[in-house]
Amino acid sequence: MLEVVLRSLGVLAAFLVLPLVVGQTEHKVMAHMQGRLGPMYAGGFHGWAQLVADGVKFVQKEDITPRAADRWVFKLAPAVALVPYLVALAVIPLSATVVAADVGAGVLFVLAASAVGILGLLMAGWSSANKYALLGGMRAAAQLLSYELPLVLSVASVALAAGTVSLTGIADAWHPLWLVWQLPGALVFLIAAVAELQRPPFDMPVADSEIVMGPFTEYTGLRFAFFLLSEYAGIVVMSLLFAVLFLGGWRGPFSGVLGPVWTLLKGALISVLIIWLRVSWPRLREDQLQRLAWLVLVPLALAQLALTAGWVVLSSP
Amino acid sequence: MTTLTTVDVLFGAVGLITAASAVLAVTTHHLVHAALWLVVTLGTLAGCYLILGAELVALVQLLVYVGAVVVLVLFALMLTRAPMGRSPEHSSGFIQRIAAALVGAGTTALLAAVLLPALGGDIRPTRAGDTKGIATQLFGSWVWPFELLSLLLLVALIAALAVSRMPTTSLPSTTEAVAETPANSAGGESR
Repeated sequence: MLEVVLRSLGVLAAFLVLPLVVGQTEHKVMAHMQGRLGPMYAGGFHGWAQLVADGVKFVQKEDITPRAADRWVFKLAPAVALVPYLVALAVIPLSATVVAADVGAGVLFVLAASAVGILGLLMAGWSSANKYALLGGMRAAAQLLSYELPLVLSVASVALAAGTVSLTGIADAWHPLWLVWQLPGALVFLIAAVAELQRPPFDMPVADSEIVMGPFTEYTGLRFAFFLLSEYAGIVVMSLLFAVLFLGGWRGPFSGVLGPVWTLLKGALISVLIIWLRVSWPRLREDQLQRLAWLVLVPLALAQLALTAGWVVLSSP
Repeated sequence: MTTLTTVDVLFGAVGLITAASAVLAVTTHHLVHAALWLVVTLGTLAGCYLILGAELVALVQLLVYVGAVVVLVLFALMLTRAPMGRSPEHSSGFIQRIAAALVGAGTTALLAAVLLPALGGDIRPTRAGDTKGIATQLFGSWVWPFELLSLLLLVALIAALAVSRMPTTSLPSTTEAVAETPANSAGGESR
């Protein structure tokens, strides 16, 4: 019982800290890529406490529910968007032993949880009774439907190569050669994950220059902050998942002791890459988005799946 | 014996939520609420599978139904009107309600009458619910139904593609919106 409590507390602590770290990294990395300083005052050293200060600001703001909104759905949406990522984080292993809950079909668990989180966005988009929010919700739904498929297909390829759907099993079966022959799948996964998180260049659903803030338009205070937090939590989950699936997770020198450090380091690298993508590329148009998903990513993922299947069949005795 | 009662209680509770949200999904007057209650139904159904030990089925249920099917339903609703509040124009008449309730109750009674004596009333979680167990059964004893189902899905897919490629001049304007769903836009670029 005590162990369960400790593991849950560990996941909660990771959930409270890691998204903030990614958020702060985004502030600073973006700032330096754009030749400016970023937050410098809060907390003293290079503005490390900026997001905490933001949190305090969000708490103080009035929590407004529009009169025309669908009250319950509107209020529930941020929780639906945020909680699944917390649950998903619980099954991602940092090393063969450091994992809160070692679920047999761990990969499917993470994908299923993040699929539920998407519903929060749709609920927010619809229940706000705002045409911009509705447009954003629609764009989100179209985007998520398209990018779910390449995401699952690329994960299927890795699971096929490893012969298991357990996350620890996949990382155990990982081989440095995967970096070469699973590369197309890895690229598809990364692009689809960024699209699934609706991060730039795939931020059509929240395109602030067109539809204000998409599904979040009517949200204020803490509920708005929850949506922002869920975006960063999503980056954490997808980066760690990428590290475990495609980069061997805890593989590295002294992996017996430093295993979790390696996983976190690889995940951090992917997080910075996701931030980098945001700074480098302009937003894709809606039709370009769909074209990329269906004409590039899905065929590529299918080809990768065929390649993996052929390899597995030929190499098995 | 104690673990069995835990399973009984859990299954009963989750099953009750499933049934209650299913009833709410068909009786609510809010169109979008019906879809959201359907989410609860499908999610708790996955919970039922999980309690019965079918971990893989539960996760696939969540991934496919909650993650894709309901998102598609919500997307279709948003494309048309996504009405806020009650939409009485979509409510069915009294006689239709009675008929639907009768048919539903009749199906339930029929299923209970057939399944309960055949399988017994006690709840037994399966031991072969993990990925390997499901795969062994699916590609062993159930391989023909499985392949037939995939053929059926293929037929539906091709039919959907054919419908979306039909000349749009003779169709009423409402089908234009349907043809623009992302599933079809890959093949529908020629328009």
